[in-house]
Amino acid sequence: MLKEKDKIFTNIYGFKENNISGAIKRGDWNNTKKIISLGHETIIEKIKSSGLRGRGGAGFSTGLKWSFMPKIVTDRPHYLVVNADESEPGTCKDRDIIRNEPHKLLEGCLIAGFAMQAHSCYIYIRGEFANEAKILQRAIDEAYDKNLLGNNAAKTGWKFNIYLHRGAGAYICGEETALLESLEGKKGQPRLKPPFPAGVGLYGCPTTVNNVESIAVVPTILRRGENWFNSLGKQNNTGTKLFCISGHVNNPCNVEEVMGISLRELIDKHAGGVKGGWNNLKAVIPGGSSTPLLPKAICDNIEMDFDSLKAVGTGLGTAGVIVMDQTTDIVESITRLSHFYKHESCGQCTPCREGTGWMWRMMKKISSGQAKIKDIDHLLELTKQVEGHTICALGDAAAWPIQGLFKHFRKDIEIKLSKNKIAAE
Amino acid sequence: MIKLVVDNLNVEVPEGSTVLQACEEAGIEIPRFCYHEKLSVAGNCRMCLVELENSPKPIASCAMPASSGMVIKTNSSMVKDARKGVMEFLLINHPLDCPICDQGGECDLQDQAMFFGKGSSRYNDAKRAVSDKNMGPLIKTTMTRCIHCTRCVRFANEVAGVENFGAVGRGENVEITTYLEKAVVSELSGNLVDLCPVGALTSKPYSFLARPWELTKTETIDVMDAVGCNIRVDSRDGKVLRVLPRINEDINEEWISDKSRYAIDGLSKQRLDVPYVKVKNKLLPSSWNDAFKNINAKLSNISSNQVAAIIGDQADTESIFALKKLFEKIDSKKIAINQHNYNFLKGNRSNYIFNSHINGIEKCDSILFVGINPRLTAPIINARIRKNYLNRDIQIASISSEKFDLTYDYNFLGNNIDVLNDIHDQKNEFGKSFNKSNFPMIIIGDEALKDSQSRNIQSICIEILTKANAFRKDWNGFNIMHNSSSIVGSYDLLNNYSSISHFEINNQCKTGEIKFLFLLGVDENLYKDYKDTFIVYQGHHGDAGAQRANVILPGSAYTEKSASFINLEGRLQTTERAVFPPGDAKEDWAIIRAMSEFLGKKIKYDSLNELRDQMNKEVFEKIMFREGSFNKKPLKGKFEKLNSSHLIGSGRNQYMTCPISRSSNTMAECLKNQER
Repeated sequence: MLKEKDKIFTNIYGFKENNISGAIKRGDWNNTKKIISLGHETIIEKIKSSGLRGRGGAGFSTGLKWSFMPKIVTDRPHYLVVNADESEPGTCKDRDIIRNEPHKLLEGCLIAGFAMQAHSCYIYIRGEFANEAKILQRAIDEAYDKNLLGNNAAKTGWKFNIYLHRGAGAYICGEETALLESLEGKKGQPRLKPPFPAGVGLYGCPTTVNNVESIAVVPTILRRGENWFNSLGKQNNTGTKLFCISGHVNNPCNVEEVMGISLRELIDKHAGGVKGGWNNLKAVIPGGSSTPLLPKAICDNIEMDFDSLKAVGTGLGTAGVIVMDQTTDIVESITRLSHFYKHESCGQCTPCREGTGWMWRMMKKISSGQAKIKDIDHLLELTKQVEGHTICALGDAAAWPIQGLFKHFRKDIEIKLSKNKIAAE
Repeated sequence: MIKLVVDNLNVEVPEGSTVLQACEEAGIEIPRFCYHEKLSVAGNCRMCLVELENSPKPIASCAMPASSGMVIKTNSSMVKDARKGVMEFLLINHPLDCPICDQGGECDLQDQAMFFGKGSSRYNDAKRAVSDKNMGPLIKTTMTRCIHCTRCVRFANEVAGVENFGAVGRGENVEITTYLEKAVVSELSGNLVDLCPVGALTSKPYSFLARPWELTKTETIDVMDAVGCNIRVDSRDGKVLRVLPRINEDINEEWISDKSRYAIDGLSKQRLDVPYVKVKNKLLPSSWNDAFKNINAKLSNISSNQVAAIIGDQADTESIFALKKLFEKIDSKKIAINQHNYNFLKGNRSNYIFNSHINGIEKCDSILFVGINPRLTAPIINARIRKNYLNRDIQIASISSEKFDLTYDYNFLGNNIDVLNDIHDQKNEFGKSFNKSNFPMIIIGDEALKDSQSRNIQSICIEILTKANAFRKDWNGFNIMHNSSSIVGSYDLLNNYSSISHFEINNQCKTGEIKFLFLLGVDENLYKDYKDTFIVYQGHHGDAGAQRANVILPGSAYTEKSASFINLEGRLQTTERAVFPPGDAKEDWAIIRAMSEFLGKKIKYDSLNELRDQMNKEVFEKIMFREGSFNKKPLKGKFEKLNSSHLIGSGRNQYMTCPISRSSNTMAECLKNQER
């Protein structure tokens, strides 16, 4: 279990002030100049060796991502874009960071922006986060007032501006290239890759898009040293992570924990345990709605990190842990997720546009018991027809929960369907 | 060059190619819907997925740049499954209405479903229905058939430059729309029909007329403007049913204008199918013999300098040449080269053609329009300029009667022609930067050509270009943008022969000096008050010219004869006969040949080939094929400062510029729509 002294987000519950004086008291903006004086390359190297992996879901090395930016700035400026379009069902960590620790994010923006030689940063915040946008804008204003941002940001000599941009409530705008399109004022639809944003991003210029949490932990890592961060968690899955535990637990919460903590410990220690006890557990979605679920048998001794979860056919994703107890109609739950993806598909490419709707309709039939058993194979084939054939990962995200469901609960569903058939006859 | 392997074949493609192009290089056809060579890559249909070795997922070949050492497979089970999957998704919401769909038989979706799809459908739910959109008189929509490839959206936004066209909604509910139920206001809108791979956008005038396999296809060229677009005429039972573009990268790429495409219904209306002779102020049908007898009777009573002719807008070179030969025999030099009051400098061929060439536009970095609305005069060239404007850093300025919407930004320098003085003296910003550009172009159009200072305008333009070093081995920046298909050919054939302008002929008819006037398809700019002039009209439509005539000789339209036209660049192209002319109407050169025999002034050719041989020998070989004649510097006349004067618009509308388009119902609809 993570010791109190190793926590990065010391005000994640908002018990203390979220304004600048409170933040400074907690150590934010403390001698940022010293960190900046390390230089572009060293900062990137340090983040690389800290082992920080992107907190937005894909788990790609943050330092490595930064190093893809061109080393020399040409006539095309570099941009840092922060993805605060947190819309994945079951995930609410970025919201709390912005609510309670906005200055950690802003300081991280300055350092990350400096590391990749960007003078401008755009924070793209989810449209529904109205209060959070207000808080963040106030924090930005405070930082400008104290000259922590602007022409000579935090007396580092580095010109750095942060602009807040509010989205209009589309899930797909959390996909990095769709986010850039939306930021440019266009319809939020993912771009084709390659070219990747590090080469051709916002307004055609080199751009890095990072998750809020990835950026917000950067100042602390650099302050306490990459080795400190590296020493927490497991190899290749280092550091701490905010977990969002929701669903059938006694005490749903956001909590910062080390990577690789066991799921059972996470739920029992921080969320007050599963409602009705551990044995009442049916399944857990470990990383936000797009990751395949895990049945209780696997949940018993799974560790929560990128590689362990990948090994059992799911993923850490955003670490949005959705707990479902025995009272859950699991098919109905996944059907609801299918509807979500159908609703949020941007409609650009064929498999996702047509496939998400079809999958949802099939799921609806199965959950209402009107389907035949062979429809399950058909549905699984459909998920394969969507997965990997789309421009962005939304197609995959729509396919995985269904695949996970049938991987672990097929027997139960078949029994249910055949019972219905008998009843109908 | 990049070397890669496609299906075990070694392929070499140039840098910047896509995997799809590499596959085509290897001779392998990749199915696609959204990809189109002339539009930006969207990569959204996912039909072109191929397998890339060491990649866990199939890749979209249209969007993936080819790189050295790639190993591509296009017929592996992964690829086949991916195609089947995508095809199935495309079809679940596509209606099964092929029997009543105009796209049937030439539908990409139909063809590719046959090749790459599954045999049967597994979708048992209700299909999506989408309400149809109003897109004006040319495009018929059946939006339920749409597969959202967005080719139309990209064409409208990129090539046509109209922004009221896009997709709204998301997911399953995406709809292609003009947003406000307005017609597409573009002179290139017909191309949307060609681009649509399914039957969502089809041609309204052509709806339910024919199936593609019933049509006779004739590859020919278009004469609605001076560009000489390459087209294919589809006909059935002696009737032209539709016109489609042919690819010619040097001229029209893959587009044609709406007028070229949709004016064809005018070909079957108001036609002259028998000769007419005026008896007691009334035109009566007659025979060829009677018609020629009447002409002969008139001609034998007058002297040669009382005989004149005007060349109309759609006259072919063969008939112009035959007419010239006849006038040589008659011994009259009174042939007006065009029916507009255009004045050119007497010089060489460079003085009256589009010297930079249409594909030269893609090189140029500075354009000055003088008295022209290129969007109206030559929509295809305007599209080329827009393409260049989007792709490169280019400055464009215009002096014209008003600020036209040209689909791109440009610097409007006012309508007073004396701005050219400032440009010449480099007194204004544009003049300075124009002088520094590498490939400058000046494009002169009808507003300037009919101006009283026309020759002086051309001289000063040549002078400006000389200063900017625009006459070099690799560049000639002096361009005339003509508005009719006959005019360059007419100049080529008659420049050294003609002694009179259209304006002077009109005046001499008024004074009675000219007693006999031969109109080769002339319907515009004729004075009302001729004094006792005997008019012979040869043409294909009963338009303004025919109404004035004493004798009408029915000729053929461009789809009904093999005839040569020279486009504004000076490019010689030949039409092919798609259908026969109606009734007793004949090919134009043959009418003049027959008439010459009747008049006792027989010209020497008995066949079209003999005539062409002679025409080539006498004229074209000298001006076209001689080395260096292409890039000659135009000769400038006496050069003096321009007086202040305002350019006056042509007053023409883009849809009705010739007898064919004036007879067309579709063009009338377009005009009504535009006015609305």
